[in-house]
Amino acid sequence: MSATANTKKHVQDATAREKGMSRIPGSPSSRFWLYLIPGFVMLLWIIVIPAVWNIYLSFTNYRGIKPPTFAGLTNWARLMKDTTFWTSFRNSIWMIIAMVVIPILLGLILSSLVFDVVQKKFGPKAASTMRAIYYFPQLLPIAVASLVMGWIFRPENGALNALLEAIGLGNLQHDWLGKPDTALIFLMLIMIWIQVGYPLVIFMSGLQRVDPELYEAASLDGANWWQRFLAITLPSIKPEIFVVALTCTIAALKVFGPVYMLTKGGPGTSTIVPSYYSYVQFFQSQQVGYGAAIATALTIVIIIVAVVFTNLQEKVAKEDEE
Amino acid sequence: MTSATARKMNIPRAHKNRTVGDWTIMVLLIIGGLIMLFPFIVLLLNAFKTTADYNASGPLAWPHEFSLDGLVKFWTRVNYPEKLWNSIWTSGLVAIFAVILSMFNAFALGIGRVKGRRWIVLLIMLANMLPQEAMLYPLYIMFKEIGLYNSPWAIVIIFTVIQSAFGTYLLSSVYGTFPKAILEAATIDGASRWTIFKDIVFPISKPTLSVMLVFFFIWTWNEYMIPMAFLIDNSTQTIPIAVSSLTGDRLMDVTTTAAASLISIVPTLIFYLIFQRTLSRGITSGAVK
Repeated sequence: MSATANTKKHVQDATAREKGMSRIPGSPSSRFWLYLIPGFVMLLWIIVIPAVWNIYLSFTNYRGIKPPTFAGLTNWARLMKDTTFWTSFRNSIWMIIAMVVIPILLGLILSSLVFDVVQKKFGPKAASTMRAIYYFPQLLPIAVASLVMGWIFRPENGALNALLEAIGLGNLQHDWLGKPDTALIFLMLIMIWIQVGYPLVIFMSGLQRVDPELYEAASLDGANWWQRFLAITLPSIKPEIFVVALTCTIAALKVFGPVYMLTKGGPGTSTIVPSYYSYVQFFQSQQVGYGAAIATALTIVIIIVAVVFTNLQEKVAKEDEE
Repeated sequence: MTSATARKMNIPRAHKNRTVGDWTIMVLLIIGGLIMLFPFIVLLLNAFKTTADYNASGPLAWPHEFSLDGLVKFWTRVNYPEKLWNSIWTSGLVAIFAVILSMFNAFALGIGRVKGRRWIVLLIMLANMLPQEAMLYPLYIMFKEIGLYNSPWAIVIIFTVIQSAFGTYLLSSVYGTFPKAILEAATIDGASRWTIFKDIVFPISKPTLSVMLVFFFIWTWNEYMIPMAFLIDNSTQTIPIAVSSLTGDRLMDVTTTAAASLISIVPTLIFYLIFQRTLSRGITSGAVK
């Protein structure tokens, strides 16, 4: 008992000695502030000042011409009662499903299939070709991807309608992105198509780290593919899953380009998202103060998500260490 | 001897040992791959058609004759070489600057372990979290003031900061696991912090840095909202902006748009094929010893 107390004290001493120290022996952490200066100056200029400015604008009346006048909480009160605003956040949840949940699930299955089956049975060349094919939409500028997709799904002379016609299903032809019953679903399908390559590439690189002997040992113990997936694959690429989930969730909350180019939030408000809604207020309705309030609300939501995520990540990492 | 040769021969044979299940999975993956490439296939089919041909037989038909009309029309109308060069140098500079900035930040956070580093990383990540439309008004006013509005340099500066946020997040966790023995050995040799930074940490983390370089280049190349708002002059625009400007242009027909889309993705495609191998080494490869 006294032995454990002793080691505990020892550890405490060690951490006390290490506190305020860098990973370079003899170099105190405080000496490293110098290296943060360029990053901080740039961050202040490009991000912090605009962010604060934007918060200020959200409390003003500003039409872009005459200087802003203080409006108190008017914009924020309007925001709370604005059904379009709430619709836009409800659509954000659909975007998270299309850009985070489904791509990660598909990415997990695809990456382990490519890694397990294609790489081992069909060779590394086949595997890297497969990866390149699924990654392809990620290489497209969002402007180009949207242009092509908008043209495939457009009602007159679109490729999907032509395809339906060709296989005798002409009566199923539809204005896929222009009608409220299908617009959101097809926007989601397009986002899945764009996103799925990102988790695939990152998960595959994570899988290379896993010791192949682990899999062999598990197979010898009679574990099937699914059991190996749960026991070995998932835990070993946990860090990658966190990185992908966080970056994709932020991207889903901020999504703008495809909505702007494909549906303009419509028909009606069926595909409106916060980013597009605030853009409309900023630059089309010239309601800069109100646009700033929407953008600020969105930023707050994103920050909360990020803090919760990184907390969770730290907790999981700590549990794994124990 | 015999067992050794048998084992040697077993390696390629194990490769060919494909079950029905393996083939089923392969076929399913290929079908999925075709769906992924479907838009690209449609682009290829239509980029080399004449407008008359397209109007007569629709988007899925094989072209009757090979035509470069659309390509030539787009090339000359938007002055493609100029747009290409704008995209290359802005994305290239952003990639380099953002990697350097991320290294400085991550050196202080991951190896220097400065106080409150978790909150500093979150603050830097604000660059990633802030919706771009929230930055447009303030940045517009500030850049106009210093004469950089409508200049590609504005894009370089803004995206260096935005991309370095992800870089700092990734790299500081990689540097957090940087082998301590190497740092200790360097200290014994009397290396200063700056020497350790440029002669030890930089070369050892090169694999991770090159992956970041590739990502930053492609991401900046593909950016849309800020370049659209900041580059109003034709001569300063990047490729995606030039292509998207076609949607509003009534004079542009479908085949020209297809040709334009196709030619606009060729540079990134080449870039990706060159750096495939870098990507496959993985974002965390530097972290694992």
